[in-house]
Amino acid sequence: MTTPETPGWVGLGPAERIPLGEGRTFVVGDQGIAVFRQRDGSVAAVQSRCPHASGPLAEGMVGGGMVICPLHSYRFDLNTGECLNDPTVCLRTFEVREQGGELLVRV
Amino acid sequence: MQYQERLVVIGNGMVGAKTLEEILARDRGRFSITVFGEEPHGCYNRILLSNVLNGAQSEDEVFTHTPAWYHQNDITLRAGVRVSSIDRERKVVVAEDGTEEPFDKLVIATGSRPFVPPMEGADKAGVFLFRTLADCREIAGYAKECRKAAVIGGGLLGLEAARGLATHGVEVSVVEVAPHLMVQQLDAEGAGVLQGVLEGMGLRILTGRATTRLVGNGRVQGLEFRDGETLDADMVVISCGIRANSEIARECGLEVDRGIKVDDQMRTSDESIFAVGECAQHRGVVYGLVAPLYEQAQVLADVLTGISPHSLYLGSKLATKLKVMGVELLSLGRLSDVAEDDEVVSYLEPRAGVYKKLVVRGGKLHAGCLLGESRNSGSLMDLFARDADVPDSRSVLLFPRQESGAGGIEDLPNEALICSCHQVTKKKLLSALDAGRCSVSTLGACTKAGTGCGGCKPLLQELIEAYAGGTPSDPADDWYVPGVPLSKPELMEEIRRRGLKSVSAVFRELAGGAEDPASKMGLASLLKAIWHEEYEDERDARFINDRVHANIQKDATYSVVPRIFGGVTSPEELRRIADAAEKFGAKMVKITGGQRIDLLGIRREDLPAIWDDLGMPSGHAYTKAMRTCKTCVGTEFCRYGVGDSTALGIRIERRFQGIEFPHKVKLAASGCPRNCAEATVKDIGVVAVDGGWEVYIGGAAGSRVRAGDLLCKVETPDEVLRVMGRFMQYYREHGKWMERTAAFVERVGIGLLRSVLVDDSEGICDRLDEEIQRAVDAYVDPWDEAGKPYHQTQFAGELEAAR
Repeated sequence: MTTPETPGWVGLGPAERIPLGEGRTFVVGDQGIAVFRQRDGSVAAVQSRCPHASGPLAEGMVGGGMVICPLHSYRFDLNTGECLNDPTVCLRTFEVREQGGELLVRV
Repeated sequence: MQYQERLVVIGNGMVGAKTLEEILARDRGRFSITVFGEEPHGCYNRILLSNVLNGAQSEDEVFTHTPAWYHQNDITLRAGVRVSSIDRERKVVVAEDGTEEPFDKLVIATGSRPFVPPMEGADKAGVFLFRTLADCREIAGYAKECRKAAVIGGGLLGLEAARGLATHGVEVSVVEVAPHLMVQQLDAEGAGVLQGVLEGMGLRILTGRATTRLVGNGRVQGLEFRDGETLDADMVVISCGIRANSEIARECGLEVDRGIKVDDQMRTSDESIFAVGECAQHRGVVYGLVAPLYEQAQVLADVLTGISPHSLYLGSKLATKLKVMGVELLSLGRLSDVAEDDEVVSYLEPRAGVYKKLVVRGGKLHAGCLLGESRNSGSLMDLFARDADVPDSRSVLLFPRQESGAGGIEDLPNEALICSCHQVTKKKLLSALDAGRCSVSTLGACTKAGTGCGGCKPLLQELIEAYAGGTPSDPADDWYVPGVPLSKPELMEEIRRRGLKSVSAVFRELAGGAEDPASKMGLASLLKAIWHEEYEDERDARFINDRVHANIQKDATYSVVPRIFGGVTSPEELRRIADAAEKFGAKMVKITGGQRIDLLGIRREDLPAIWDDLGMPSGHAYTKAMRTCKTCVGTEFCRYGVGDSTALGIRIERRFQGIEFPHKVKLAASGCPRNCAEATVKDIGVVAVDGGWEVYIGGAAGSRVRAGDLLCKVETPDEVLRVMGRFMQYYREHGKWMERTAAFVERVGIGLLRSVLVDDSEGICDRLDEEIQRAVDAYVDPWDEAGKPYHQTQFAGELEAAR
């Protein structure tokens, strides 16, 4: 079982901190991570800022395994980090899971 | 296992990628392929960069080959890796990172680079080349800070760059060293006409000026010419033609002149090395236009795969279209290339910006141009490309008879070339039409026509109209949102029939459960227009602005615009706004175009508190809803006022505040025909006239300008509110997502709108009035959520990890 004490994993608190279908930015150490709870029950985590113009990805539209940056509509695959409309950029992804109602991210 | 020959391609531009495509089409498994590309991404259509610069196309629209394409075709793409040398003896390519790639066959497709004429100071900040996607971004970004720009080079690309820059609101001068513009294509007379047309668009043209120095301290501030004259410019774009990238070939001992010398099979002086594109010199010519280069790519693919081992490239005739908004110019061959026995036919009408000239040599079209009016460009290009005999009547060539359709698409022979970039004939397009590909985009997807320079798109449209009755057959064009395969009327019917009241219910029932984030907002807007207070709001279906009721800015702060009904405020209100701006550290306080006050740079976590302090309702300056009703001072103080526009504006704003639409809706009310509130360029505007009010719809003064159409004249403010509301609900039900009223009114037609909304020809006015009343009644000020957020982290900034 993974716990916040397992090396590399950090607890983000209760999953309900993120409304269903939305994302929130978490600060872990000195980095920002955007964490999403999709309507299909899955969770995903990527770097918090869009590589194009630093848009806050956690505030983007989410669904179908994708996030759309709120600033200029760059689209990313949440699982691979691939940018779906500009192959010059991609996102760093993080392992994330929901366990006993708590969110855990691996950094 | 059979040995697979190794093919290495240096260069991943349009021609490199085209060569790969042609090879795959002939013999997919023939080679194991590795491609080196200096730019760090897939391949894009360089010809369309001027469209990216002027905003007509987005960056992602110009990509032709994404990394996924290479992957799917088992091609190793080494993007962002420069090749440093070719070792011909060992048959390996050495990359900059020290790795080596062995080859059996090598294709050099390194293209060209911009030529920078010798001048001092070309390294200053604010001096740009116009060649790559990155250049384009930088130019567009820099232009924001600039007032005056100079483009050095009055050729095809230079003029496209200049027009692109002008769209960024910069004063643009074009500086050409030759005595006239477009020396490669035009003669002095034609260039003079073109110059007049461009000057009429606001470009300044300086010819016969050699730039010797760019002046400025670190940042460029101006140009100095050989004759000592100077020109102020805070940015400079250099577009003076190209030079082949042939160094790598020269260094390994291949024969190089102005480009890498190739034979009629694109073979260099080493028989296992080929060159193609702008880096190659064929029979003394280095080509810089896409059509001949694609022909080269096809011959090369024939030869490499051995499918047609005797295929030959024999040189090309050059046809170009200038892609400058508002200028029609077709150029064939070199107009200045006239011999003694040539027959020259020309027509000049400077006032109309029309110049047509043909050079006929031996009964065939040798060169020509159509400027200002290029209706029969299709048939001329065809005659030119096929080297066919021209008809006896030269005037028919210049002036196609509109009525008989001569020169129209129907008169073209089946073998006529419609898309010269991709060598697509009319015959091929007709068979695609027969197969049901009946839109410009689907024709492009299956034949590639129109996907090169895009110049033939009008011809494609003409072809569709002539042969397929112009019926759209790409069903996706009609879908209301991309993620649900239904048109708006079909979608509305299904939503009503199945009683779907939330966005997730629509995805579940009508899209096979597949959620599409890009479709959520459009669906939410439509559901709200159908169900009003019964709509089941899911916050994740809202754009961030509508979750936090403020407009997200580029630095992820928000702008806060309280509603100031009709633009009428009070000292007390202004004091509260000033205090709030100070307390919450607004980075800018700005009077908006809609007569309100914008507080910029507010942090998400401060939003509820600032709303509390303001004590004013939301101005909805962040959403696809009714924004504001601009007013003039009306009858209360104005000497000329006919109607009390201020009072009416306030009533309008109170009634319709927050109602959502397919796009934002801006209103205005003017108290007399002087129209100080500019009501005729608003989505809906009213103007007081003797005996009542005129109601205008579909005006716009943003990215496009359109005068609104008069919907009707009514007598009282109550009637104004009624007819406005009727149009609003009709627009909510019939407008496409993200379609402003200007486009909507144009699409539906003012005649129909008058008949439905004023004469009640469909008997739906009562229903529309009731529906909009329900929407008005369902309105709640979103800023009330300051005291009762829908979720604990609705207004949270960044969350701490461990709690």
